[in-house]
Amino acid sequence: MSGSVLFDAPGPRTVARHRVYTVLTIAGAVAILAFALWRLYDTGQLTYEKWEVFLTPAYIEVILVDGLLKTLQMAFFAIIFAIVFGLVFGIGKISEHGWVRWPCWLVVEFFRAVPVLLLMIFVWVLLSLGDGPLSPFWCVVIALTLYNGSVLAEVFRAGIHAVPAGQVEAAYALGMRKTQVMVNVQLPQAVKIMLPAIISQMVVALKDTSLGYVITAPGLTYVGEQIYGEFKNQVPTAIVIASIYIVVNIILTVIATKVQHRLVGEKSPLEITGVGNLDGGRNA
Amino acid sequence: MEAVFSNFDEYLKAFGVTLGLFVVSGLASLVLGTILAVFRVGPVAVMQKVAAVYVTIFRNTPLLMIFIFMAVAMPKLGYNFLWVEDLEVAGYNLSAFFVRSCIALTLYTSAFVCEAFRSGVNAVPLGQAEAARSVGLTFMQSMREVVLPQALRAVVPPLTSVQVALLKNTSVAAAFGMAEATATMRAFTNNDTDQRTGIFLAFAIGYIVLVEVVTLSSYVLERRWKVA
Repeated sequence: MSGSVLFDAPGPRTVARHRVYTVLTIAGAVAILAFALWRLYDTGQLTYEKWEVFLTPAYIEVILVDGLLKTLQMAFFAIIFAIVFGLVFGIGKISEHGWVRWPCWLVVEFFRAVPVLLLMIFVWVLLSLGDGPLSPFWCVVIALTLYNGSVLAEVFRAGIHAVPAGQVEAAYALGMRKTQVMVNVQLPQAVKIMLPAIISQMVVALKDTSLGYVITAPGLTYVGEQIYGEFKNQVPTAIVIASIYIVVNIILTVIATKVQHRLVGEKSPLEITGVGNLDGGRNA
Repeated sequence: MEAVFSNFDEYLKAFGVTLGLFVVSGLASLVLGTILAVFRVGPVAVMQKVAAVYVTIFRNTPLLMIFIFMAVAMPKLGYNFLWVEDLEVAGYNLSAFFVRSCIALTLYTSAFVCEAFRSGVNAVPLGQAEAARSVGLTFMQSMREVVLPQALRAVVPPLTSVQVALLKNTSVAAAFGMAEATATMRAFTNNDTDQRTGIFLAFAIGYIVLVEVVTLSSYVLERRWKVA
């Protein structure tokens, strides 16, 4: 058994058929790649001038410092603030007092259902335009904090619920108070369960920083736009910038998987339903 | 909010464009995502790899970058989709922007649709298929009667998340010349700076209503398909 519910172990005829599919798929993939390369060549996108920027040390530095570093900074601040936000509102949502629970619920639901870009533009119009006190950089951070924070609030809530009930009962039996139970027993264990979800939320935040381009915030996408605006090499720039995003995100995902294996064992990651950006929503 | 009420037809039109983007790319991504999912859960190793590469690439690229590919880079390769402006669909001319936005959204969302389907198929316990075989059902029968109905049911919640994300992601088209809800909000706030909070709330509520409609219809579907 291969472990899939869909198929039996293949017999000789099926194996032969699969071989045909394999060849067809490879041929198809190679054809698509070849066509793409030919289009690139045919429209003059593979000339040295178009790629020269990415081999020039000064520009590589610009891409890494003004682009990647700013992007990582925005994502970093956003995720740190989002964890705080998520912690506050996630615990608020499971409070026993209605007057705490309902406002928290409203805030979390609101920011989860509103597109991040809409939020970002609003924060920008409110705080950055005219003589607004904040730079676009911080507007991006605020918008991402509110959105990712409300997603993380759900993660925290689910994580705390995932701690076995016996733990809480045992803590009460020892005479701990509610706050002590939360701080000393539930949270430390919940964090362990939640870490992979938090890291994959970082991928989401990182991808969403590119939306800052719309409100003139710095970052990889913005640098990319500057470069193709100057050198008219739209295609190579898009390829290079997208590749950087992909590599960074894959690294984050690998870390998430490692952390999960180490801390949670082989168990499946925490399932959060109704989170817009699957895997992150993994999206945005 | 007054600025919104006095231009209510514009508000509705903006959400009409948002809905148009959502419906077209939603359906297209279901088709493409299903094909990818078939590749991914199928028995042929190379097909699995190809689909996995697609999913990895598109899941880790910001949607905005995919939009830049479609709207800025593709015309340089000779694909500007201007020909669609000559087509007429039910009395409307499609704009090239609309087509580009739909392609970008579809490419991106398909990766997530594929993953949603995969998790649904994996949710069917292995024993179900074995039981089906042991009572003598053929492959097609066990597929039709046992495996697929259960997979379909398990797929509804993750698929809803994906479609809700898509609905919110249509806002990115605002950066590339679509006059959908987010772009319209920006135009409104430019005209009436003093009412920006009200305008924001009005548009936020519009999105929330749409998101709730999608979520509620998935609940209905989930309950109808529920086994006793």
